[in-house]
Amino acid sequence: MALRTFATRKTLGELCKFQQQVRGLQTFTLPDLSYDYGALEPAISGEIMQLHHQKHHQTYITNYNKAIEQLDDAITKGDASTAVKLQSAIKFNGGGHVNHSIFWKNLAPAREGGGEPPHGSLGSAINQSFSSLEKLIAKMNAEGAALQGSGWVWLAVDKELKRLVVETTANQDPLVTKGPSLVPLVGIDVWEHAYYLQYKNVRPDYLKNIWKVINWKYASQVYEKECP
Amino acid sequence: MSWSCSSNYLCLSSSSSSSLIDSHELTRINNRCKLSCEYKELRRKDHDTTRPINICAYNGLKPPSHELGKWQRKKDYVLKKPNNISAYYSLKPPPYKFDALEPYMSKRTIEVHWGKHHRGYVESLNKFLEQDDLLYGCTMNELISVTYNNGNPLPEFNVAAQVWNHDFFWESMQPGGGNLPILGLLQQIEKDFGSFTNFREEFIESALTLFGSGWVWLVLKRNEKRLAIVQTTNAITPLVWDDIPLLSLDMWEHAYYLDYKNNKAQYANVFMDHLVSWNAALARMARAQAFVNLGEPKIPVA
Repeated sequence: MALRTFATRKTLGELCKFQQQVRGLQTFTLPDLSYDYGALEPAISGEIMQLHHQKHHQTYITNYNKAIEQLDDAITKGDASTAVKLQSAIKFNGGGHVNHSIFWKNLAPAREGGGEPPHGSLGSAINQSFSSLEKLIAKMNAEGAALQGSGWVWLAVDKELKRLVVETTANQDPLVTKGPSLVPLVGIDVWEHAYYLQYKNVRPDYLKNIWKVINWKYASQVYEKECP
Repeated sequence: MSWSCSSNYLCLSSSSSSSLIDSHELTRINNRCKLSCEYKELRRKDHDTTRPINICAYNGLKPPSHELGKWQRKKDYVLKKPNNISAYYSLKPPPYKFDALEPYMSKRTIEVHWGKHHRGYVESLNKFLEQDDLLYGCTMNELISVTYNNGNPLPEFNVAAQVWNHDFFWESMQPGGGNLPILGLLQQIEKDFGSFTNFREEFIESALTLFGSGWVWLVLKRNEKRLAIVQTTNAITPLVWDDIPLLSLDMWEHAYYLDYKNNKAQYANVFMDHLVSWNAALARMARAQAFVNLGEPKIPVA
């Protein structure tokens, strides 16, 4: 009898997913990191990486999936007020998922090229716009430290104007809220959960050290795609 | 209703709104807006910092000097620069030992939260005040109103408001806290929320649905003469809307991360069950009733 209940439970779950796929709603799952949690030490501790990935990012994904299911229902039923009411939850949780997915790719352990300065077209673009990589880092650190509350600091390329910009966003707002043609190259999470266990309230130290594990190879790839 | 602020006069234009605002209320709104307008006006003029400052010039709440007594007028001329006496804000410790809130809020959290974050805000505020003669003479409440700038906060707002917010927060907790509110506060909560359980649920719900950093407050709304739960982001405090806060809960991550990591629900529940100081809230409400008429007291008939 136990076997039977097990079988029905499994097929029920599959039925749910099947229905969702028939509806065309794609839900999201937590992307894996391409490095161990402890690989970014001592810049970011393994404990922070694990919590950040398995708890925070997962929560954003779970809540985002819930919100888009509710949105899908509301749209099918033609319930405009519910659809609009869900927008802030979608922006927050969806933005959290999008931003953190980019963040994991922005980081790499030192032995896999983390912290190595960019060469090629991105390197020269940085020297052109900010006169040197050090100046860019100083600028981003200053903006990150001055950000009140929670948010992100970004190095982005404006794909219309073909220009590099440094921007900050509040909470989990994705970068496009600051400009529809902005494409993120490097994003740094300055929410307190990203550094508190290790750096406590000294956000500037976190910002200084994170550059040692920034994956400029990925940033260069994105840049070359937008500005060939 | 809306009002526009220009340099020397206040123009109040009311649209078709049904709420009646009495003249006392009007004076308060006038004064609040006038303060930040006068501050902006003084900032705009070419301000000669070597000239001694008459503190009366930007404190719109004081009566004109010919109406003050001789002693008070003389006091106005005791200025900061010539005497070189100045006073700044100090970091006030919480009204309990650091380990008094264990195991609900660890000693480590209070050491870092008070000793580093709160201290940092006080030091930044003092640095701002050192450089800004106009802000120096303001009381804390005036500082918060002026720097809030009617919705467009100046950089000093964050530090000033956070200093106040944290002072308020430490006093909103006590060792052996939690349980139920008593006397008039319980009655008012039951009147405005239905029951204490409803209030508790709403408060925790508010704490969990806050996006980003911010605070959750139990306030007494002046205009509506009732209690309400208010969520604010970053450093904003209900003082800027002239409401009277009774309790606050710090939902910035630094307040709970060391103890509860990302488990906000547990933190909020523990606060309600074991940390919140209903005594402090009752005292604050008693004081608030001097300003807000919550109705006639029910005197039992013999």
